[in-house]
Amino acid sequence: MSEIITVNHISYKYTDEQERNALNDVSFTIAKGEWVAIIGPNGSGKSTLAKTINGLIEPMSGDVTAGNLTLNEKNIWSIREMVGMVFQNPDNQFVGSTVQDDVAFGLENLGVPRDDMVDRVRDALDKVNMLEFAEREPARLSGGQKQRVAIAGIVALRPDIMILDEATSMLDPKGRQEVLRTVKEVKEKENLSVISITHDIDEAAAANRIIVMKAGELIKEGTPEEIFSYGDQLIEMGLDLPFPEKLKSSLKEIGISVPTEYLTEEGMVDWLWTYGLKK
Amino acid sequence: MDIRFEEVGYTYQKGTPFQSRALYDINLSIKDASYTALVGHTGSGKSTVLQHLNALKKPTEGTITIGDRLITPTTDNKGLKSLRKKVGIVFQFPEAQLFEETIAKDIAFGPKNFGVSEEEAIERARVLLPQVGLDESFMERSPFDLSGGQMRRVAIAGVLAMEPEVLVLDEPTAGLDPQGRKEIMDMFYDLYKTQGLTIVLVTHQMDDVAHYADHMVILEQGTVKREGSPRELFRESEWLSSMQLGVPSTVAFALKLEDKFGWTFDRLPMSTDELALEIKKNLGGNVGERV
Amino acid sequence: MMDKLIFGRYIPGDSLIHRLDPRTKLMSAIFFIIIIFLANNLWTYLALAVFVGLAVSLSQVSLKFFINGIKPLLWLILFTVILQVLFTSGQTIFFSWGPIILSKEGLINGGFIFMRFVLIIFMSTLLTLTTMPLSLSDAIEYLLRPFGKIGVPVHEIALMLSIALRFVPTLMDETEKIMNAQRARGIDFGEGNIYEQMKSIVPLLIPLFVSSFNRAEELATAMEARGYKGGEGRTKYRQLIWKRRDTLAMSSFVVLVAVLIVFRT
Repeated sequence: MSEIITVNHISYKYTDEQERNALNDVSFTIAKGEWVAIIGPNGSGKSTLAKTINGLIEPMSGDVTAGNLTLNEKNIWSIREMVGMVFQNPDNQFVGSTVQDDVAFGLENLGVPRDDMVDRVRDALDKVNMLEFAEREPARLSGGQKQRVAIAGIVALRPDIMILDEATSMLDPKGRQEVLRTVKEVKEKENLSVISITHDIDEAAAANRIIVMKAGELIKEGTPEEIFSYGDQLIEMGLDLPFPEKLKSSLKEIGISVPTEYLTEEGMVDWLWTYGLKK
Repeated sequence: MDIRFEEVGYTYQKGTPFQSRALYDINLSIKDASYTALVGHTGSGKSTVLQHLNALKKPTEGTITIGDRLITPTTDNKGLKSLRKKVGIVFQFPEAQLFEETIAKDIAFGPKNFGVSEEEAIERARVLLPQVGLDESFMERSPFDLSGGQMRRVAIAGVLAMEPEVLVLDEPTAGLDPQGRKEIMDMFYDLYKTQGLTIVLVTHQMDDVAHYADHMVILEQGTVKREGSPRELFRESEWLSSMQLGVPSTVAFALKLEDKFGWTFDRLPMSTDELALEIKKNLGGNVGERV
Repeated sequence: MMDKLIFGRYIPGDSLIHRLDPRTKLMSAIFFIIIIFLANNLWTYLALAVFVGLAVSLSQVSLKFFINGIKPLLWLILFTVILQVLFTSGQTIFFSWGPIILSKEGLINGGFIFMRFVLIIFMSTLLTLTTMPLSLSDAIEYLLRPFGKIGVPVHEIALMLSIALRFVPTLMDETEKIMNAQRARGIDFGEGNIYEQMKSIVPLLIPLFVSSFNRAEELATAMEARGYKGGEGRTKYRQLIWKRRDTLAMSSFVVLVAVLIVFRT
């Protein structure tokens, strides 16, 4: 697998008065087509980290490489074309007055000819299943639908990487599922790499790999199974406990010995079955 | 304080070409010192119901009894203020309501509007800050220098400072991290347990409903579809999923066990602790026959 | 959702007037306000009234909405008309008391001024009732385009306008939410004396400003992330298409002006 993003020893501080760095010597790589979740409690530097990848924030030291470009002032716009970003608040990233206008916004910025634009807007809306809403105004969309439009706006630019900066945190469970499903579909169809910053256990579980941030530093890295097996410590990492972990700790409390490795719900049912047989 | 809705309906922009009916035939009751969960989709009418709980909106049909006050479509707007002291509402993303120069003043704003003296109101702020997980050193700071999660806590303290008898919470933990979510929900539960506060929680989180509430109202398309205890209502898992509402993860897992192992839980477990006990009981009892 | 009816709000429809190009409608409204000053007698005002009546009926929007458009300006209209009536001197005087004169000419002038107000309001209401705000901002951008040559930042103005329009419903929602939150904390909006009312507006305005600034900042970041770097080299997705009916609509003004010139005294 080839690397699409390399973050190399970056540090960053918002103001000089701050005692500690918002990011402190962070390094990692992301492979083409990989989905990486970044977790950590609020204020751990997750969003700052995401913003360094498309140059919204310039690190004080270290560098970021996307594709074969090492981010600098000259290629910043090419990198932004390559790295799409969905933000937390669905309302505050909706620029266009209707769904199709919003999807076209990025294309207009690139100077794509109008005839091309019409096709790409339709195509992108189709991919997120929002084509029938093309004429709608944002005020008449749900949060989940607005986020899907934001995704279409990125897909239309044919990027390599999509960053979700807590993109599901303001949505209701239905909206969350809807957006997560859309991300999965789009990722497959477009062969995207995805970086998702999240507190949501389902979103983290969809990733190939999880990076854990704490106080500006990268403290852990591993597959979802490895990270989820930390049990109770997950809460401090800014993630809710997966249900099987909660049940395990309740069982342990009443004297039933449970396996230490991470179990999915199915795994948990199977384990209970064999436990019952052995007893 | 009891709150009762009888045949309540509400129509927006009544008598204009834009009129639209938001609520109809609503009957529900919220008992004193209960913890009621109000559940339903976005657009089911939850937020309109919520605004009726302290007469921010008056019904266009039917009657609402709040404590000893009767609200009808013709009730005069004057004199509703005293109700708002008794029923405090923490709106969704309540940090949006902060406006004062200092945190202490913002928390004192509500009580002062209801005639509490300045000193007394500031004193309440001092007592409440630690309760919401901040400390006294925050008193003189500007609310706008805080993180989102801290602003949320200040806003909640601002509602608690009015010392309401009923506390209405509209998705109070939306957008917070799990740690903050748990702290805030536990604080509300503590108020309910120790001070006998009546709590109405509007939420999408079925896990929270199972964990905290003793009464549950399900709204859909502007009317009440079910009302009862979570333990009863979550039994209807098929109906709930047909409404796209889902069940708590504990219940989902318990039902899976019933299905696979042929167990029956007489009391549907509402927490993993209850579930663990049921599992222990079932494993102990059935194991012999099974092998 | 605001409980109030907003004056001049777009009413969706598919009438001939709805389908006209927004540029046609905008230019018509402006042009009408200019040529209304050509009218100076009963026949010319009648011609204008027939023209407006025709346009209104073609729009298939209920007359109620147009009358609603007059209401907010009613006092201003009455005040102007009364001034006109009472202070115009003329040959046929019915009554006079110091500087106040009630004359036949005054009454006629007052009537004409009243007509002028009503017709202008009807025409501009017709524009906003049948044109989506967004299309209107497209039309404004188009008509401003020549001013770009003398350094007017037309692209920026247009973008500002369309973003402002896009955020109107969002901010109205926000206003309602904050009002509810403060009412729940014991504020009565619109009650008490002037001092109390002024005081009650602070807890509404400050949060609104704060949230608008936050929104603006987040929006700017999102726009930057989506590659926005000013108007240069940008293409445009929205297109306005001039149709034959637009040419026809504009030429109806030629007829109207001709009628006005022939019949005015």
